[in-house]
This record gives sequence, C-alpha cells and structure tokens, in this order.
Amino acid sequence: MKIIVCIKQVPNTSEVRINPETNTLIREGVPSIINPYDLHALEAALAIKDAGGATVTVLTMGPPQAEAALRDAVAMGADEAVLLSDRAFAGSDTWATSNALAGAVRLMGFDLIICGKQAIDGDTAQVGPGIAEFLDIPHVAYVGRIAGITPEAATVHRLMDDGYDVVEARLPALLTVVKELNEPRMPSLKGKMRARKIEIRKLGRNDIGLDEKEVGINGSPTRVRKIFPPDSRRDRRLISGTAHEQACELAGILKELKCI
Amino acid sequence: MRISVDTPLCTGCQTCIASCPYDAIAMKPYMKEEKALINEYCQLCRACMSVCPEGAIKEYREAGDAAPAPADDLSAWKGVMVFAEQRDAIASQVGFELLGAGRKLADMLGVELTAALFGADREQALELIKWGADKVYHCDDPALRSFNDEPYTALLADVINAYRPEIVLAGATSVGRSFFPRVAVRLKAGLTADCTELDMEEPDESGGLRNLLAVRPAFGGNIMAVIVCPSTRPQMATVRPRVMKKGVYDAARKGEIIPLAAPVCKVRTKVVDVIKEDAGLNVNLQEAEVIVSGGRGLGGPKGFEMLAELAALVNGTLGASRAAVDEGWIRYGHQVGQTGKTVCPRIYISCGISGAVQHLVGMQSSDVIIAVNKHAEAPIFNVASYGVVGDVFEVLPALIKKIKEEKGP
Repeated sequence: MKIIVCIKQVPNTSEVRINPETNTLIREGVPSIINPYDLHALEAALAIKDAGGATVTVLTMGPPQAEAALRDAVAMGADEAVLLSDRAFAGSDTWATSNALAGAVRLMGFDLIICGKQAIDGDTAQVGPGIAEFLDIPHVAYVGRIAGITPEAATVHRLMDDGYDVVEARLPALLTVVKELNEPRMPSLKGKMRARKIEIRKLGRNDIGLDEKEVGINGSPTRVRKIFPPDSRRDRRLISGTAHEQACELAGILKELKCI
Repeated sequence: MRISVDTPLCTGCQTCIASCPYDAIAMKPYMKEEKALINEYCQLCRACMSVCPEGAIKEYREAGDAAPAPADDLSAWKGVMVFAEQRDAIASQVGFELLGAGRKLADMLGVELTAALFGADREQALELIKWGADKVYHCDDPALRSFNDEPYTALLADVINAYRPEIVLAGATSVGRSFFPRVAVRLKAGLTADCTELDMEEPDESGGLRNLLAVRPAFGGNIMAVIVCPSTRPQMATVRPRVMKKGVYDAARKGEIIPLAAPVCKVRTKVVDVIKEDAGLNVNLQEAEVIVSGGRGLGGPKGFEMLAELAALVNGTLGASRAAVDEGWIRYGHQVGQTGKTVCPRIYISCGISGAVQHLVGMQSSDVIIAVNKHAEAPIFNVASYGVVGDVFEVLPALIKKIKEEKGP
C-alpha cells in the first residue's frame, strides 16, 4: 500500500507574540515546525506501515526551507520525501494549493493520502478535502480513530459535535485527522541519520503540468484584502478588595450576564 | 504580483522583519545605510504592509498577473444562499444564524435570501422560511439524512450552478468544513473559512460588482484577515457557529419550497453507524454557553471538585488547561487550547489559569472572559473583561456561597 502524507512547515503560532504597543505579530525568534496536526497524520501512516506492507512518502508544498520539515518527517520513519517548490506558487490560496498538491500526488501514485485537519497558520482546514476533489477520490475529514484499513477500504470514526460517525471509504481515499487519533512518535537515532542523508525528490510547476495562471496568486480565487490585529477587549475591569468583596462583585456581574 | 519595500522610504526600523511569519525580510546594505529587503520566501500575506509605519511596503503588479475578469460575466450571479445543515433530520441552529447573517447581506444587495436543505422533511423547510428564507431548495430523500460528502457536494454544486447565487454560506462545523471545500474546488470558487464577520464592500460610483468582505482569524487567532473574491462567483464562506445572530422568527412568513431530486453521483463512502456521546469521551464544550475552566492554580482534583460545584450553579460546562490535564486532575475531553478544543462561549470563567498563548488561542473569542488568578502579571488578564487578582481557594468558595444565597433555598 502506498501512503502519502501531506505536511506543512509552519511558524509555531502558539509562540508568536503580540507587540503590546502596536498590537502586531512578532515572528522573530519563533521556530518553524511541522504543523502539529500533520504529525498525527504521519503517525497514523507509520502505524499502518508498522502493521506491514505499506510505504510512507511525505510531501510538502513550500519554499526551499520546507526541506527541513521533510527531513524531520523522515527521522520519524517516512521512507521517501518530496518537495513541491516553485516561486510561481507564492501567494497560493487553498484552491491553488490543493490544485498543486493534487498534481504532485498524481505524479507520485498512491492508495491512501493522510493529511492533518488544518494548518495552524492558515487555519482553514480546506486543503485536504480540496485535494480529494481535484483527484476525484472520496475523503473523510476529522478522523479521530482508524478502525481498520484493507486494500479496498478504510473504516474510520469522523468526529462530530455530538459524538462520531463510523464511516467506510473505498480506497483510494484521503483522510484528514485530528489530535485525538494518536500520540506521534519521537524520531529515532537511526531515523535522524537516515534523514541527514536521504535525497529529497524536488518537483516544480512544470513537473506537475500546471499553467502559470493556475498556480500562485494568479490561480487563487481568494485575495487577502487586509490584515489587522484582533480587537483588544474594550471593557477591562480589575475587581479589587478582599476575597469576599471580590466574590460579591463577581456574583453581581454573573447576575447581570444572566448566568444565575 | 510581488510585495516590495520602496527603499528610499524605508527608515530601517525593522518592524516589518519582526512581523513576517515566513522570515522573508532581512536588512541589506543600501547606500551607507541598511534597508529592509523582501526575499523569495515571501508568501504575499501582507502582514508587513499593515505594520510599516512609513507605508514603505507596497504591492506591485507583474507582467504575468491575470487581469481581473470583466464584471459583466459575474453580474448574472445574484442572491444569497445558505446551506442549512440538519442532524437527525432536525435543522441545526447554525442554519438560523446563517439566515440572520444572510438576511443582512441580502438586504444590503437588494437580492433574495435562499436556503438549501438536504435529508430533512418539509416541516424543517417551512421552519427555514419562518427564520427568514425567501426560498428553500429542498431534497427530502432519507438517504441524505446522514451527512455524506459526495452526494452533498454533488447536489449543492448542482443547485448553485442552476440558481447562481453570488454568495453561499455554510456553518464552520464538521459538516460544512468537510464538504464546502469540495464544492468550492468543483465550482472554481473562492472559499473563506471560519468567518467571524461578514460585510459588503461599499458600492462604487460606477455601480460595479460588490464583493463580500469575509473576516476571519488566522495564525491561531493572532491576526484577523479580510478576504475577498474579486474575480470569481459564487463567493463562499463557512461561518463560525454561535457568532452571528439568528434571523427574526416570523411564524406567519411565507416563502417558496423548490423540491430537488436526489443527486446522481459516485458515492464511495458510507455512514455505517452514528454514535452519540454526551457524558463519554466527548465533552460538548463547543456548544456550551458558559464554560468554567481550571488550570494549574487549582492544585489538584479537589480544586476541580470545587470548580464543578461552581459550574453547576451557573449552568456551565467544565473546561481545563493543558497543565491540569497533563497532571491527571481532569480528563482530556475538557481541555481547551491549541492541543485541545477551541471554544467560543458567551462566558468563559478562567480559574488558576495563567493564560499562555497556547490556551488563549482556544478561548479568546469568548464574548466575556472572567479570570481569577493570584498573579497580577498573568497574561490571562490581558484578555479578561473582568479580572480578579486573588487566591482561587478564597474567592471561589466565597463566590459559590454568594451565588447560593442569591438563588435562595
């Protein structure tokens, strides 16, 4: 079984700080990591590989420095790594990104694609299902458990607000996974050594057969008009006094808010 | 297109470098000084443009850029359509919220507001009319009762192509976020995820196309982005549940129900079972109106017992920070934050939680945040509407006692 895991190198947005004076993003000194959800996707693929009969290839679309993320994935146990990179891809929205990744996947061949639910920078959760649509394969999103994989089908739990659906998808298929699925393994020493030496396959726009108009900013139906910091809380009140006084004032506030 | 620094205007303040999420800006020598230069790692996110105090960073069109599509082609698309999802054949609340937001947009544009409903019966379609829909595109085939990506995608794409609404909205739920991206790819349409605000561009003098302004959080909620689809239709968006106000309910409202036949398409997925869990693994934090959350400051499971008492008194659901879950004081299902759940309740009461960014990203869009923490410098106070600097083991028991007194016997 050939499994492709799509990963993305992202800034660690939980370490991003806000400049308190200008209310803008401070990215300096914030490390780049593999998108946390993608680690769970990779772990799922590696677990299937451990059970026997599968190869795991990691694929990423990004600028040249994304190669570091691919090597980290190989250190965890991925067999092969592919970097889809081209200046033409800059400014891609989710439509253009899904198109390009689908192009790479078509070239690579696959039985199963596993993606993380969303990237922690874009936060859209759109690329996984988008790739599936471009490839005309079924997908299941929000997978919290993989109950069984055969060469014909994947049986999974799709998490819903009030529980989960047990869904069977015929292969080839794509899954997007959530954190409840598993605990990602640490890279092994042997893996790290392999990651240093492995040759990364590089693909560009021409390799995947897409026209300039279909990629990057020109291939993106959405545009960013403006970026601004989130509203800082307007009403900010510090309640002082003894614990008893504070409790009384809080109770009053809760009453106003119709909590009690 | 590219984003570049207009070098003579650059003062070398380096604010842009600090803001770039992709490390694409560096200082380079320029005539005895150092100026900012944007390199090939730039992803055109425009964060630098918004922070440069001199307005020195600009967008430049390039020869290969696609010209925007002529407005004529797109003006045939009219109307606002919402996808009203259902669970167990009952229309979900998020659909009524979409009708509320949709009505505002439809009125601004002077167009009709419609809804698409699959897998529920006529009674539910009538409800959507009462909540504000002028028309409901309705497929009552019971085979669509369980959400399934392929038939939903096929049917909605067909409906959109047939009736050409300029705007299509869905809830940013497990359903909406799963199949809407497929519809958008199929229709070559722009889709903006998890919007917290929707508005229309001001009309311009030529009476040209008016674009939807879709506002949504990104970078874990650290920035807000305004997204537009200038050259494509429909303009699609998934909308965060419990942020938009529901439409006005009018039991006497009249509208039209247009029946749809079941879609004909490949169906390669099957829902084999539907499992509901309320007390089990899944704690329904996402639907909670009030969340009472505890962190390391609670000191142990006894602290959470106290918190549970408070939660019961205010009809709240129990939440927790990662620190408390990692210590084993409360189950993972209650965890709020980057590695737990993202919530947006009306009221979030945070007790003994410092407010590290990983936690904030999971709850900072709550309407009202009340924080109790004994450290005055705890970052949670930067986002709290009401802050109490104090010991949770003094303030909370006093609060519980006071609430019991208010409630009476």
